[in-house]
Amino acid sequence: MSAVASLRRIGLPRLVVHLSVLVICIIWLIPTLGILVTSFRDAGQIAASGWWTAFTGAAETSAARLGDPSTAKQNGATYVITGSVFEGGKGGAVRAFGTRVAAPTEFAVGKAADLGDGETLTINEDGSYTYSKNAPFEGRGKRVYLSVATPPSFTTENYRTVLTSQGIGQSFVNSLTVAVPATIIPILIAAFAAYALSWMEFPGRALIIALVVGLIVVPLQMSLIPLLKMYNEIGNFFGVPSRSYAGIWLAHSAFGMPLAIYLLRNYIAGLPREIIESARVDGASDFEIFVKIILPLSFPALASFSIFQFLWTWNDLLVAMVFLGTGKDQLVLTGALNALLGSMGGKWEILTASAFITIVVPIIVFFALQRYLVRGLLAGSVKGG
Amino acid sequence: MISQIVSAVGVVIAGVFVCALYYWLSDKILQAVFPVPVDNVRAASVNLNRRATVRPWLFLGPALILLVVYLVYPVVATFILSFYDRSGGDFVGLANYRWAIQDAQFRQSIFNNILWLAVVPAACTFFGLVIAVLTDRIWWGNLAKSLIFMPMAISFVGASVIWKFIYEYRGGTETQIGLLNAVVQAIGGNPQVWISLPFWNNFFLMVILIWIQTGFAMVILSAALRGIPEETIEAAVIDGANGWQIFWKIMVPQIWGTIAVVWTTITILVLKVFDIVLTMTNGQWNTMVLANLMFDWMFRGGGDSGRSAVIALVIMAAVTPIMIWNIRQANKEMGGH
Repeated sequence: MSAVASLRRIGLPRLVVHLSVLVICIIWLIPTLGILVTSFRDAGQIAASGWWTAFTGAAETSAARLGDPSTAKQNGATYVITGSVFEGGKGGAVRAFGTRVAAPTEFAVGKAADLGDGETLTINEDGSYTYSKNAPFEGRGKRVYLSVATPPSFTTENYRTVLTSQGIGQSFVNSLTVAVPATIIPILIAAFAAYALSWMEFPGRALIIALVVGLIVVPLQMSLIPLLKMYNEIGNFFGVPSRSYAGIWLAHSAFGMPLAIYLLRNYIAGLPREIIESARVDGASDFEIFVKIILPLSFPALASFSIFQFLWTWNDLLVAMVFLGTGKDQLVLTGALNALLGSMGGKWEILTASAFITIVVPIIVFFALQRYLVRGLLAGSVKGG
Repeated sequence: MISQIVSAVGVVIAGVFVCALYYWLSDKILQAVFPVPVDNVRAASVNLNRRATVRPWLFLGPALILLVVYLVYPVVATFILSFYDRSGGDFVGLANYRWAIQDAQFRQSIFNNILWLAVVPAACTFFGLVIAVLTDRIWWGNLAKSLIFMPMAISFVGASVIWKFIYEYRGGTETQIGLLNAVVQAIGGNPQVWISLPFWNNFFLMVILIWIQTGFAMVILSAALRGIPEETIEAAVIDGANGWQIFWKIMVPQIWGTIAVVWTTITILVLKVFDIVLTMTNGQWNTMVLANLMFDWMFRGGGDSGRSAVIALVIMAAVTPIMIWNIRQANKEMGGH
């Protein structure tokens, strides 16, 4: 009997477990679902009703004018105007109506509402109405306010807007420009270092390993001020911009280096000694051993690290804010989203669509390569993100 | 845009090529400088030894340069800068430290950081453990784990937008489109501007990090739970222990090490929390934390590197015990290799 099977035997009844996990999953999913649904809704509907009503349709307030008194028909002592509130307008289903703009849901549909002065008004769900009075109508046609249920409408317009006019499309390319080289460059460098720290004897090896382990947790904040000064000085000295893609690639590579070396060293040091020794006996140099044996065998560890590094560089805001400019050609997705939060606060059609574009790439990477991510986490859970 | 993609692709290829070229070329040069003649065994063995001495440093070189330039040197430089004035030109002794102790915003940040440290690691570890135990017992547990783990992939900025939408407040008689206010209204409460409620708003920000990190705790703890030897549980079952006792007295003590790792990892993350506070409140309404205050002083009024360095050092001081513990653990493990 495995530990898992033993676990099954103890504790709460099955149904309670199923239900509680289901509830937890729903709680965990709802926030993301909220922006996904909202990003496909029409801007007017987003402001009018919560996203959870998106599939049942929203209630919008609209105004209509009843027929002119000249169209009234006399029926005994009462005068009656009939027609439809949707005349000349779009259709829908009336849910409630009122005579004041502040109270568009004062009266229920289908029932005669007493408006005072001997007037009664009945509006049906399909918009047809009967307006009657015990005396002749005067003045112009009466204004009524309606709460109209509009069918749910979904649109991809928000995505088109943010990708083109809000610069998210350009930022998407910028983020890729940062993340891909900043993922690939450190792998090779770290792999060579990890091999040296695993299978080569030299003085100071233990010290370097201790240094690497220590550097894993050094907060980024410790590096920012001197590096910012250094970048500015280099920029001034050579007359080049101090904020450049090359600068951020090197910064990301260096910040990811301790974890990369640590993860890869743990893996490479665990490879069977016989393989490496027999290759040495066959006369292979360390360089050949590394390229022909170590690299192919270390694929799982390399994959784990590259997923980490890609998620970290794609999702990073702080390093990009310090080492990259805020111009159109350098603003990454996280920075663009942060800027939109400031300038577009409350315009949720823009914010949700932009947010979804920024999270879609990491989520695809996550679901496609989850296996390697978990393996990496289990191997390297000493770094704090 | 097209040219940018082309240049990025070009850089990737060129970068990898240059890296590979460095390792290949340095190895070739090494072999040329220290040749191994077949007819002279003595010279050959001397040169083989020399190659073995130099080669590790060729392999380590680029990594060491990056580590020293981007991490080791800045740590030292930040320490030194903390004793200098705003531009780093004049020595001011402990003035920046004295400023920090007396600054109201700095104290507020320390208080908030302690609040974060008290709540987030504990909440993540607790929820992670509970979810790990629950999901291990059902057939669709892996699917549930994937869904709870998923926020891990979402950036802090993206997560902030997601949660800001939940906390959204509409004034007057407008329909509440934020989920939290809609729920509060449905159960008869008054809608609130959650992120500007002093003190409590800190907790609304923490929820975001808990939402992201619980999956991490769950994955690690779930692996640890599966590693518990089955005999210990069987023995407890035979001795008549109930589920609650088995969980607390048999299982939890056996995974203490893992719980400590999860706890410290999240602690380090919490100390560096920046993006969430920046995007949700930018430190307003008493939500400032150290990392944001540090960033603020880096650029405020042209930047004050002295004060900023002091704040960075406080964060560094807080992670140092964990760092020392990690190095000790690593040294212990290395002893076996």
